[in-house]
Amino acid sequence: MTSTIEAPRSPYSRSTKKSGVNWEKWGWIYMRVSGVVLVVLIFGHLFVNLMIGEGVSALNFAFVAGKLTNPFWMVWDIIMLWLALIHGGNGMRTLVNDYATSRISRGILKVAILVSVVSLIVLGTLVVFTFDPCPAGAPANLVASFCTSL
Amino acid sequence: MSSATIDQKPVVPEEIKSFTVTLIIRRFNPEVDDEPHWQDFDVQMYPTDRVLDALHKIKWEQDGSLTFRRSCAHGVCGSDAMRINGRNRLACKTLMKDLDITKPIYVEAIKGLPLEKDLIVDMEPFFDSFKAVQPFLMNSVTPEKGKERIQTVAQRARFDDTTKCILCAACTSSCPVFWTDGQYFGPAAIVNAHRFIFDSRDENAAVRLDILNDKEGVWRCRTTFNCTEACPRGIQVTQAIAEVKQAIMRGKA
Repeated sequence: MTSTIEAPRSPYSRSTKKSGVNWEKWGWIYMRVSGVVLVVLIFGHLFVNLMIGEGVSALNFAFVAGKLTNPFWMVWDIIMLWLALIHGGNGMRTLVNDYATSRISRGILKVAILVSVVSLIVLGTLVVFTFDPCPAGAPANLVASFCTSL
Repeated sequence: MSSATIDQKPVVPEEIKSFTVTLIIRRFNPEVDDEPHWQDFDVQMYPTDRVLDALHKIKWEQDGSLTFRRSCAHGVCGSDAMRINGRNRLACKTLMKDLDITKPIYVEAIKGLPLEKDLIVDMEPFFDSFKAVQPFLMNSVTPEKGKERIQTVAQRARFDDTTKCILCAACTSSCPVFWTDGQYFGPAAIVNAHRFIFDSRDENAAVRLDILNDKEGVWRCRTTFNCTEACPRGIQVTQAIAEVKQAIMRGKA
């Protein structure tokens, strides 16, 4: 009787086909560059939201609405949104490449990651650009102070 | 003649105590077993003995069927890389005194390569990756008759670290990406590519950089430093991989 243990990994042949753009290389560079930028953006975001002034107790609808009418914070948030979601999505993709063994599960997981990243980016971008800080009929104590002067 | 030496007692070397060590070895015999299983052995060892000595003692005195590779037994040939207490080590370089002998010592074959018998794995996939990076000097110019290819000390020092590789597969089989990805070149192949990419006498660095710029090339490295920790020659493997990444980004060595 001879039994063979299945090989732990299948050394299938590497593709010799070369496409024009090396996405793995650019993906790797993107992770490094966006990582550095995100450190500044995220810690700046946390510092402003949680530590400056009244700190975390200042957070409410009016605070966020006030930030989202300021072009500086709109640009900050939009950059942070795109960089972080693509960074996270790409990281998840490499994890799937590492640990999903079958072609089908790999495909399903990657599509799921792509769909969630794209929909979150679209939603977030819509919010940043179409946000109404002073919804009609809202009580004055819940909205930003500048709404009353409109 | 002085009589002072007569009173002196002969110097008796302090007796070195031996102790019983339990080794738990992952056995697999393809002709009998369906699954690998763990088997324990007790051996009498000295602190200066190595794990390889324990394996020898077992094979020679207790169970001749224990199967493992070793050639030089002095850390040069790279035959006896194995997983000792969960870490990839050369059995011939791991001393008993450096292990916690109050607990059993677990010994198993390196991971990520097909298991053949006991501590022996099929090294062919590993050597295939090694071959794929073209690990040999390529130079179109023949030096003058009787002359050598001249290199400065600094040029030689540039790739000195990666010349130390003995192809034991301790690094590659400690890499989590290699465990799961059937195509990744693995640290050892990149180290050996590094050795020629940064050699001033070699002309084909661009070819090797192009090979490693593959989807399954250096970009799969997650810098977990498992390979650097595993290397019995102390090669800074992760740094070598990072240098190859840098060279690919700059487009030259």
